[in-house]
Amino acid sequence: MQNGNIKYIWELLNTVPDPEIPVISVVELGVIRDVKFTDNSFLIYITPTYSGCPATKTFQDDISSCLMDNKIENFKLIIKYDPPWTTDLMTDETKDKLMKYGISPPSNTVICPQCKSDNTQLISEFGATACKALYKCKDCLEPFEFFKCI
Amino acid sequence: MSNLLNYTLRIADNALILGQRMSQWCSNGPTLEEDIAMVNISLDLFGQANGFYEYAAQLDGAKSADDFAFLRSEREYFNNLIVEQKNGHFGNTIARNFLFDVYAVLFYTELGKSKDETLSALGAKSLKEAKYHLRHSSNWLIRLGDGTEESKVKVQKSLDDIWMFTGNLFEMDELDTEMLNNGIGVDNTSIKANWDKKVNEVLEDAKLTRPEDTFMQTGSKEGLHTEHLGHLLSEMQYLQRAHPNAKW
Repeated sequence: MQNGNIKYIWELLNTVPDPEIPVISVVELGVIRDVKFTDNSFLIYITPTYSGCPATKTFQDDISSCLMDNKIENFKLIIKYDPPWTTDLMTDETKDKLMKYGISPPSNTVICPQCKSDNTQLISEFGATACKALYKCKDCLEPFEFFKCI
Repeated sequence: MSNLLNYTLRIADNALILGQRMSQWCSNGPTLEEDIAMVNISLDLFGQANGFYEYAAQLDGAKSADDFAFLRSEREYFNNLIVEQKNGHFGNTIARNFLFDVYAVLFYTELGKSKDETLSALGAKSLKEAKYHLRHSSNWLIRLGDGTEESKVKVQKSLDDIWMFTGNLFEMDELDTEMLNNGIGVDNTSIKANWDKKVNEVLEDAKLTRPEDTFMQTGSKEGLHTEHLGHLLSEMQYLQRAHPNAKW
């Protein structure tokens, strides 16, 4: 367990879901900046998404429990602000997962996750969380959330 | 207190106090969407404040981020006077936030270039959020100013009333000058021109009149505040004062 297997740590982290959007992992979200092994300890560098995101504390706790459940106790979580998190860190595969989950992924064109129309309209800059805005589809008339680009 | 610590507190206090003001809208917003928007802005600001207070705690070596947020008295806060002004009606809040948001975007743009790595990282992070806070307040200012006769009259008065707190944003005292000369701090006087430009543009779209620069209130850099800060703190600090060291 203390062999410094960084790849294994990444695999474990990839099983920790985002607390608000459980279809993607914290790795896919892009909040894990780096994993290092020094002085018999894993250093896990984490970047917050939005400064005020209440999920930040939750995913730190979730990461800790996941590692401890797998008998890894020699680790430290380190918050790293620079460079700031951006939605550009999401891969196309992650964006597809969001779309299937019903959240329009960050993009210059806001697409309705129900009928895939781009004929959409902003209702409010903020949805249920700071990272999302509320939109309405003008074709199928369904309201939906859009993951804002930052 | 070191000068860098004091400078960091000025930035943190702006975020905390405006965040507390915005949290007071919780359950009182004019519509459900707006209620959620204002509380989300509040959360962003608390998150920003936390980053700067954590750095302050690191610089101080003894006090924690929570100690800085909850256990100082009024005279020990260094936030700009504009952010402590009361929410009033929705138009008052929008006018106040708009004038501050324009400043915040320009300030954080410059802070992002600081030689101090932590301040520059926090500045770059906060800038991303300040930008959509500004989008939110500008859009509403335009809607209210170019809205009905009543909304126009009301929001014009909001602007006129809050205007005397804008001069404080661009002051440079000895500490600011020292931080600027060290390559750490921001030149508040140099961002004034861009602030004027942006404010004028939005006011024109909103069909509102820019108030005249007459008397400008000052004092925040020495910890001198308007009477509203004390009331805000008494509510915000109640739990820590009544139950010292309570954790949640």
